[in-house]
Amino acid sequence: MRLGVLFSGGKDSTLALVKAMEKEDVVCLITLRSKNPESYMFHTPNISIAKLQAEAIGLPLIEKETLGEKEKELVELKEAISEARKKHKIDGVVTGAVESAYQSERVQKICDELGLWCFNPLWKADQEALLRETVSLGFKTMISGVFAYPLDKSWLGRIIDEKTISELVLMRDKHRISPTGEGGEIETTVLDAPFFRKKIEVIDSQIAWDKNSGVFVIKNARIVDR
Amino acid sequence: MMLIIDLCWKKDSLSSLEFVNPVKRIVEGEHQPFIIKHFLELNEKDLVAADKIIMCGTALKDNEFRKHLSRFSWLRKHDKPVLGICAGMQIIGLIYGTRMFDCKELGMWKIMTKKENIFFSGVFQAYELHGSAIRTNDNFEVLAKSSRCVQMIKHKNKHIYGVSFHPEIRNETVIKKFLGI
Repeated sequence: MRLGVLFSGGKDSTLALVKAMEKEDVVCLITLRSKNPESYMFHTPNISIAKLQAEAIGLPLIEKETLGEKEKELVELKEAISEARKKHKIDGVVTGAVESAYQSERVQKICDELGLWCFNPLWKADQEALLRETVSLGFKTMISGVFAYPLDKSWLGRIIDEKTISELVLMRDKHRISPTGEGGEIETTVLDAPFFRKKIEVIDSQIAWDKNSGVFVIKNARIVDR
Repeated sequence: MMLIIDLCWKKDSLSSLEFVNPVKRIVEGEHQPFIIKHFLELNEKDLVAADKIIMCGTALKDNEFRKHLSRFSWLRKHDKPVLGICAGMQIIGLIYGTRMFDCKELGMWKIMTKKENIFFSGVFQAYELHGSAIRTNDNFEVLAKSSRCVQMIKHKNKHIYGVSFHPEIRNETVIKKFLGI
């Protein structure tokens, strides 16, 4: 089966990509670049580096820009998936949805309207286990956005390892935040993984902080040999 | 031993991560021993060894199981508890002579309890992912409905249940209560 993966460049969609590649033929990545930092559907920090990530992975990217207005962005997502169907003859779409019935329902509807299969390989999986899996698979995942107390500036730019996970799990127990950021507490950017052909190198960055949230903005990056 | 049956279109499919694994996690969480079998590999021995059976759902586009209904004829004679989720409910219905009709429900839907039961009561929300539903017959009593179709049935004389929504997504207690039968 030829599949397109909805790709934000974060750990979940990258892990969904790995699982899809193990079972089927992934032929493209699909990204919606949302201009709305509070997009209902799409991961937003550093989404502009999805193009570099796709190049590093070695897959073509279908990229569409969206204003990120609720429901309208779904029309734009449908257009992007239609384009993937036309250009790459995909039979189905893969998402990195874990818990969000909102996200899953909407992608299911779009796939149904387009006659495509829909796969959610991380659906309802244990969040801590998923995070540990990305580390054991050798992902180099950077925390590129934090949006909940007590996560502070010091978390931005950190690479997720076992120590980071233990700290996040402690925070989950104490402050009820999701260690994987499923509630939007954390956003991530995958810079490298064993299946990447090249890796991402951040050349210039900036921390943008506002009250209780902030983003590690990648101002300039390039792909280099692994 | 709990037998979890994977109804996806092929063994070890990408869909099994989505439809079998969440059920497996709930069963594991309840510390119940289990085995998972794909329906094409199911044999008499598995059915005899199982004290309860859960038949999992499939992707919206996956109706491959309907081409293999004869593999589920054991359900007619089976007298141990069975819970069929979505595709699993369709199989139970078809084996016991119900008819199907087009009825698409995706996402969260309102469910109304129609008969007192051990699984739920009153009105509640549930996650749906199906393109067809069954028209029930005299073999079953209806435990719940949505505004469009039957949502949970029970065989009148056996502990054989079919549920149209996906309890593994937002109504885990349905599976937990089934494990306790």
